Order: sequence, then structure tokens, then C-alpha cells
Amino acid sequence: MVSAERSRSGKTLDWLLSGDRPRHPALTIILLVILIALAFAPFLFPGTRSLAVASRICVFIVLAASYDILLGYTGIVSFAHTMFFGIGAYGVAAVLAKAWVGWDAIVLGTLAGVAVAMVVATIVGLLSLRVRAIFFSMITLAVASFTQILATEWRDLTGGEDGLTFSVPDALKPSFHLVEGTVLGAKLDGRVVTYYLIFALALVLFLFMLRIVNSPFGRVLQAIRENEFRIEALGLKPVVYRTVASVLSAGIAALAGAMMALLLRYNGPDATLSFSLMVDILLMVVIGGMGTLYGSVIGAVVIVMAQYYLQGALGGVEDMVAGVPVLAALFHPDRWLLWLGVLFIVIVYFFPTGIVGRLRKVAGGH
Amino acid sequence: MTPSLKSRLDVWAPYAVLPVLAIIALPTMAFSSWLTLTIAGLAMGMLLFLMASGLTLIFGLMDVLNFAHGAFITLGAYVAVSVLGGLTGWMGADSLALNLIALFIAILVAAVAGGAAGIVFERVIVRRVYGTHLRQILITVGGLIVAEQLFVVFWGPDTLPLPKPLTLRGAVSLGAASIEKYRILCLVLGLAVAAAMQWVLTRTRIGLLIRAGVENREMVEALGYRIRRLFVAIFAAGTALAALGGVMWAQYQEAVTSRIGSDLTILVFIVLIIGGLGSVGGCFVGAILVGLVANYTAFLVPKLALGSNILVMVLILLWRPRGLFPVAKW
Repeated sequence: MVSAERSRSGKTLDWLLSGDRPRHPALTIILLVILIALAFAPFLFPGTRSLAVASRICVFIVLAASYDILLGYTGIVSFAHTMFFGIGAYGVAAVLAKAWVGWDAIVLGTLAGVAVAMVVATIVGLLSLRVRAIFFSMITLAVASFTQILATEWRDLTGGEDGLTFSVPDALKPSFHLVEGTVLGAKLDGRVVTYYLIFALALVLFLFMLRIVNSPFGRVLQAIRENEFRIEALGLKPVVYRTVASVLSAGIAALAGAMMALLLRYNGPDATLSFSLMVDILLMVVIGGMGTLYGSVIGAVVIVMAQYYLQGALGGVEDMVAGVPVLAALFHPDRWLLWLGVLFIVIVYFFPTGIVGRLRKVAGGH
Repeated sequence: MTPSLKSRLDVWAPYAVLPVLAIIALPTMAFSSWLTLTIAGLAMGMLLFLMASGLTLIFGLMDVLNFAHGAFITLGAYVAVSVLGGLTGWMGADSLALNLIALFIAILVAAVAGGAAGIVFERVIVRRVYGTHLRQILITVGGLIVAEQLFVVFWGPDTLPLPKPLTLRGAVSLGAASIEKYRILCLVLGLAVAAAMQWVLTRTRIGLLIRAGVENREMVEALGYRIRRLFVAIFAAGTALAALGGVMWAQYQEAVTSRIGSDLTILVFIVLIIGGLGSVGGCFVGAILVGLVANYTAFLVPKLALGSNILVMVLILLWRPRGLFPVAKW
């Protein structure tokens, strides 16, 4: 009876994870800890700052995982992922700031953003993926910078450099209270409601992406990454598969953008379009592990935490080496990106599959 | 059989792009402003060619696309700040000769620094990832992140001023048109470097090997030449040219930040895509095209100026998906 019970719950788990389990005890534990910490974040880590960190982690898990569909699974490097992220965010922000405030406005803005992102991704893909994958990287870089210019110049729609500040439905406002007083030591205000909305969306989207990469379609993507000519010889068109992957990834990135806009109740060029954000996503996917969506989870947690807390640690080192001219500058709190960049290079050299790939290899890769 | 008109047009059309653009622009403005803008565009094109030519050669020869190329532009700019900071007497002197000597010293030091940094970069960063584009892109982007941070470590986070030498400030008038003196210098220098490059590529033994290597690398290796060593030399020359371009660009902007090179990288990539990856001639035409378009649109439709180059790139790609002068093997 017990084993039948266990196998049934195992089946449910396999169904949820699309048969793609973490496959390493330490990895399973890390992921479970992250899941539990995120699921109960408002109660475990009360305070606005830690709730902001937790929300950012949720958004970036979706963003990094959608990027990994391109980078890790399909093997093409795009520099326009923040562009799609930004398009999604501007969709929500523009409708809420310019038209009206309400749940239907959020849905409308999100759908509009996703649609625009997918159309743009189709055009970019058809324009550049025909020739060579490296063309795609260069063209996405150019198109992304064009979008940045467009977002700052098209003031009527985007609010230009200042961006758009907007109001949200009452239930998401910080002044809203779900119940009076506190529950388990936490005030259930609009911030918590927003957080759980984002958390639920992130969870569903992540499981959906696990579906994609473990489907026959996902297998074809990985086969193209390994050997394009063989796939062509089998009669499949790599261009079509790559373009579809890039469109899907763009759509999900736009959804993440909509989540980000709701979280910030603001959107502007620096919040969702900047090139440094693109660097963050690259760091997340590569450090966590390319070609495993679980890697994006770990990468997102590591990088977001580093952004919030590594500066403090570097400040401590700086105090120790204060007075030594170059060393002090190297350990200045603002130089955290330098150290992550070094880590990035080391990982690409020695552990191309990142943290997760490394752990799975240790487990014996079955 | 004589080739059909269409196929002949196909061969000649890319060469016609520049004159056609200049002629189309002429009726939209007064002749004097057209002259000013055309010369400004040519000068900008020359600077872009300096920065882009090394990148396209590296790609053509070794199939390596260096996303950190912009870091060498920035390096050149910062070296110029340091060198010219020590030569303020010569830069401020009212003598063209002294000004040019100071600038020449800065260019020389920057080019040597750029070349040396290029050799180090090739050894430490690029060497291990030949043949795999994905890792190449990632590793060079990583290199760019680290390099940009190191610039801040050594030169600080603030924008540094870099005033032009005294006698090269201002403009000379040519009829009704006024032409900035500094742009004339850029034009002359750019043409000189382009001519020297053309000479090396077509008239010397090394140039012969480079061109042969771009066409068919294995064959050159089979003939007993060490193409690796040649490649390191090309890589260093390319990064030295980028640093040289960085000096000239920063001097024109009169300000240096740690992002000056990576902002230019996008323009450099557009030049490469328009010209055709790996083609030096295409790079030359592409650079001038980008320079001209940028200057014409800045005058005619200022709002469009920043994005105009990307629109041109998209148009060219719709017309010729591999760029104006595609190299056969890509």
C-alpha cells in the first residue's frame, strides 16, 4: 500500500516536472529550500526589502529560464532578451498609466506586450537566423539598442527617460489589508498579495517551460544545438525551430516584464531595458548552468542575492585592504560586477554546464 | 555568353550605394550644408573603418567574433587621457606641429598598448574557445564585463575631459561651407591607414597569406605556413587599430567614459553586417555608409538620427541577407 501510494505521488511529481527531476540529492535539497523559502517568504523574512528581493528572484527565475531555452537548449546567443522583457513591462505600464486601472487593463496590457514581443521576435528571427547563428547575436544587439532609443524618444507612449509611474488595482496597493492585524507575524497587505500573484505566475510559467524543453519539440532544439546538419538531413528545418524557440522565449520574457512592472508600479528604460540587465541574465544562466532550467533558478537566486548583499561583503574586504592603492579599488563595493565577471569567465572555461550541470555529472548522469 | 543585365547590376550595385546616397541627399539641402555633412560623414566613416577593420579581418581569418572589441577602443581613449594629460604644454601651444606631435605620441602609445593588450587577451581569453561560437561570444562578453570594471578601477568612475589640441579646434570655411579642422585630420589619417592596409593586403607576402587564409585556411596550413602566428599578429593589429580609433574618437568627443567603446561596438557591428562579415572592402563601404547616413539624418530628421543606422542595416539585409560584399564561405 505504502509503495503504491509513493509511486502515485511520484507519478504526480513526474507529471508536474515533465519527468525532468533534479537528479542529484544536493540539488534536490537546494531547490526544495529555494521553493519553500519563496513560498513562505513574507512570513519567513518579513520586511519590505526582503520581500522585494524575493519578488525579484521570482521574476528573474522566469526571465533567466526563458533565456535558457535560447542559450542553453537551442545554442543561440541573443542580446535582445531585455528588449522583450521591456516590451512586456511597457505593455502593462502604458495601459495602466494612459488608459484605465483595473484587472482587465492588466490582462489587456500583458496580452498586448506579449503579442508585440512575439511579432518582433518573428521578424528578427526570420531576418537573421537564416544566415548564421552568429548573425543573430549581432543583429539582436543592434535591435535591442534601437528599442532603447525608441523607448526614450517616443515620449507619448513610454514617458521617455522618466518612464511611467502608474496606479494598480486596490488589492495590490501597499495600503490594502487582506485581514486586520498580523498573521504569523506578517502584515497581509497589498505587497504580499502582489508577491503571491508573482510567485504563482512564476511557478506556473516555470513548470510550463519544463514542459517545453522536455517535449519532442525541446528534443529537436537540443539536437539542432548538437548537430544542425543531422537535423537538416532528417528533413526538419532548423531555421523554423530556432525561430519558434526564439518567439516562445520572447513571449515568456514579456510575461516576466509584465510581472516586473506590477511589482515596481513603474517602468522606464533603466528598469527593464538596460544592457546591464542583459548582462545579469547572462550571468544567471551561465553560472547556474546552461541547458538545465533548474540552473536558471539557482543562477537567479545567486545573482539577485549578490546584487543586494555582495556589496556589503566587498565593503568588508575593502576595509581590510584600505590604504593599498589598487587593491582597495578592486574591492570597492561598486566593483561586485568585476568579480562576477571573473567568475563568469572561469565557469565558461572550466564548468561549461554551470553549477547544476556539475552536480548532475557528479551524480553519474542517469 | 554575356552575363544578363541583372547579374551585372548585382555585381555593381553595392559599389553604387555611396554615390547614390550622396546624390539623393543633395537636393534635400543647400549645397554648402551638403558639403559640410558629406565631409563630416566621410570623417566619421573613416574612424569607424579604423575600429571595424581589425574585427572583420579577425573574423574572416579565424572565424572569431570578438564581442570585447569595444574594450580596446576604450583602452585607447583612456591611454590618450593619460598621455595627453602629461603633454598639456604641447597640446595648448599655438603651433600645429607641436599639437600633431603630441597627438601622434598619444596614438603611438595607445596603439602599442592596444596591441599588447590584444596579445594578452588572445592568450588568456580567446585561445581556448576556437571553433565554438557560443562559448566565444560568452567568453568575450565576460572579458568585456571585466575590462569595463578594470577601467573604472584604474581611471575612476567619472567622465574624464580630453580637450582637442588648440590649432585643431574650430572650423575652416570653404565657400559657404564650414568644415571642422579636426574632421579633416580624421579623414586624412583614416585614408592613410586604409591605403596602408590595402597596400599590405595586396602588395606584400603577408597580405597574400592573410587573403589566402581568409579564403581557405587549411590549404595555407597544408603549404607549411603557421597561420596561428599570423593570426596572433592580425589580432594584435586589429586591437591596435581599435585603440587608435579610440584615441581619435575620444579626442573628437572631448570626453572619455568606461562605456565609450561598448557604445561604439553596436555601430561597429552594424558596419560589419552591412559590409558583409569578413570583407575588408565591405567594411570600408559600410563604415562610410553609416557615417554619411548618421550625418544626413542628424541634419534632416534629428529625432531619427540615433536609430537611422539600424534602419539602414535592416534595409540592406532585406536586400542582401549576407551584407553588401558577402565573403563566399560564410
